[in-house]
Amino acid sequence: MTSAGLRRRVAREAKAAAVGWAFIGPATVVVVGLAAFPAAWAFYISQLKWNGITPARAIGFRNYAELVNDPELMSAIWHTAFYTALFVPTSVILGLLIALALNRKIRFIGVYRTAIFVPFVASAAATGILANYIFDPQFGFANNILRSIGLPAQSFLEDQRQAMIVIAVMSLWAGLGFTVVVYLAALQDIPKDLVEAARVDGANTWQTFRHVILPELTPVTVFTSIWQLIGALQLFDLVYTTTRGGPLGATKTIVYYLWEQAFRQFRYGYGSAVAYVLFALTLVITIVLFVYSRHAKVQAF
Amino acid sequence: MTTSTPPPPTRRRRRLPFSPFHLLLAPLALLFVMPLLQMVMASLKSDGEIRRFPPTWFPTSPTLAGYTGLFAESQVLRWLLNSVLVTSVAIASHLILCSLAGYGFARMRFPGRTASFILTVATIMIPTQLLMIPTFIMFSKVGIIDSLPALMVPWLASAFGIFLMRQFFLSLPRELEEAARLDGCSPFGVFWRVVLPLARPAMTTLAIFTLLSSWNDLIWPLIAIQNEDLYTIQLGLANFQGSRRTQWQLLMAGNVVATMPMVVFFLVAQKQFVATMTFSGMKG
Repeated sequence: MTSAGLRRRVAREAKAAAVGWAFIGPATVVVVGLAAFPAAWAFYISQLKWNGITPARAIGFRNYAELVNDPELMSAIWHTAFYTALFVPTSVILGLLIALALNRKIRFIGVYRTAIFVPFVASAAATGILANYIFDPQFGFANNILRSIGLPAQSFLEDQRQAMIVIAVMSLWAGLGFTVVVYLAALQDIPKDLVEAARVDGANTWQTFRHVILPELTPVTVFTSIWQLIGALQLFDLVYTTTRGGPLGATKTIVYYLWEQAFRQFRYGYGSAVAYVLFALTLVITIVLFVYSRHAKVQAF
Repeated sequence: MTTSTPPPPTRRRRRLPFSPFHLLLAPLALLFVMPLLQMVMASLKSDGEIRRFPPTWFPTSPTLAGYTGLFAESQVLRWLLNSVLVTSVAIASHLILCSLAGYGFARMRFPGRTASFILTVATIMIPTQLLMIPTFIMFSKVGIIDSLPALMVPWLASAFGIFLMRQFFLSLPRELEEAARLDGCSPFGVFWRVVLPLARPAMTTLAIFTLLSSWNDLIWPLIAIQNEDLYTIQLGLANFQGSRRTQWQLLMAGNVVATMPMVVFFLVAQKQFVATMTFSGMKG
């Protein structure tokens, strides 16, 4: 190649690079500066003893060693797991059932859909405050309804055993719209001939659902499960606006504990270690779910 | 979405005059809107009525006392304004930066592209809780903690938004862009005049996604903001509640103020909201 041609090529590539980086540069700077870099830095912080005021002290993996033996963290993990076990399967199964019911052309169907979707836009703060009102032991409507059908009034959010269940119920109220919408879209994407073919072959409604519709929905089920799971593991807002971790720590979740450690006790190092545990948990469970679903799907064929 | 079919012609066979699904769906729909209705009704009750036992379903003598009390005792309008500012910046910046980057990643070839795309996508999996502590320290060092920019900067762009826009641009046919380029259009001209007008559906999705996440965010404002004048509406309500534990008419009025903008948006643009929710469920 002639040197003039080479120079032209270099100039062309330099221009392409300049134009390309002009497009991706600003957003990349934001993402690297506010996600990739802090995530890496958090790992470094997790190996410090640091309250933000006195000089930080490098202590290696001592924070991680401490958290393995931290009973408060263990109970926070347990509370989070309990909430996740309540919320994720219920939101996926009820979401599917409600989507099946909504997937038909009858009068008022638009009204029904709107009513079920609309709580999705309510913030966790508003949902939490609303939960305090509805489940208020004295003036709340939940107890009013229980009394009117002759059942004893409950303490709800003030009861150690009921508080997390009430939080899960309110999460479902606000979050079900999401799984319903996703399933409804997936149901409408299932080819009509597939269902009709099953009918022609003599399958009844249940068999059609079990062997035709449900397998078609598998990818959606995997994704809604993972999505809801990630959200459930990060529960904070509703706890902050209802019980603040109480009564007697019964609703203290991983993120609530992390927030307390980092921003109430100012233990930046320990808080970062807890955050990394959360990250690891999320990653492991997501990968397991994903691989398991792939594996199960392969076996199905 | 309102699909109403005419009532079926009367048949000889004896059956319900309507689909049996109404018996399931009507109570279910009522169950979902009931908390919101309770919220609105409580906000219209007087202090005396809200403490009445047994509670009333409807306000017997509706009053705006809850709202006037709320406006008098809290800075709710200030908080609303802060939320509007933060959310507007978040949406505008997301739309500009993520569509630029999404287009760059989808259509251009240059050194560093693949590496930075992989880095960007990898950050999608990082929980925001992991970023709170370093971001707080960083913002304290540069002196923007406890200011509105502290709430705006984290929302300038997101890996999710970049990914969303890239996927959309990849789905567009290249022919139009190539024709424009042959006509002598610059890369930015092609993007601005040819591609962006086609990207409205994806940009609507991104705008709604950003609107909901930014407007409803609680944990970051809670960490980053001390000054009550700088509270967002969510943080304001959450902390206002602490001191007004049983003044439900005030709290419910606050809830109405914080929630109704989103509910109205939802009712006006339900189709676009539903598309956004569907997309977030399909990603990955």
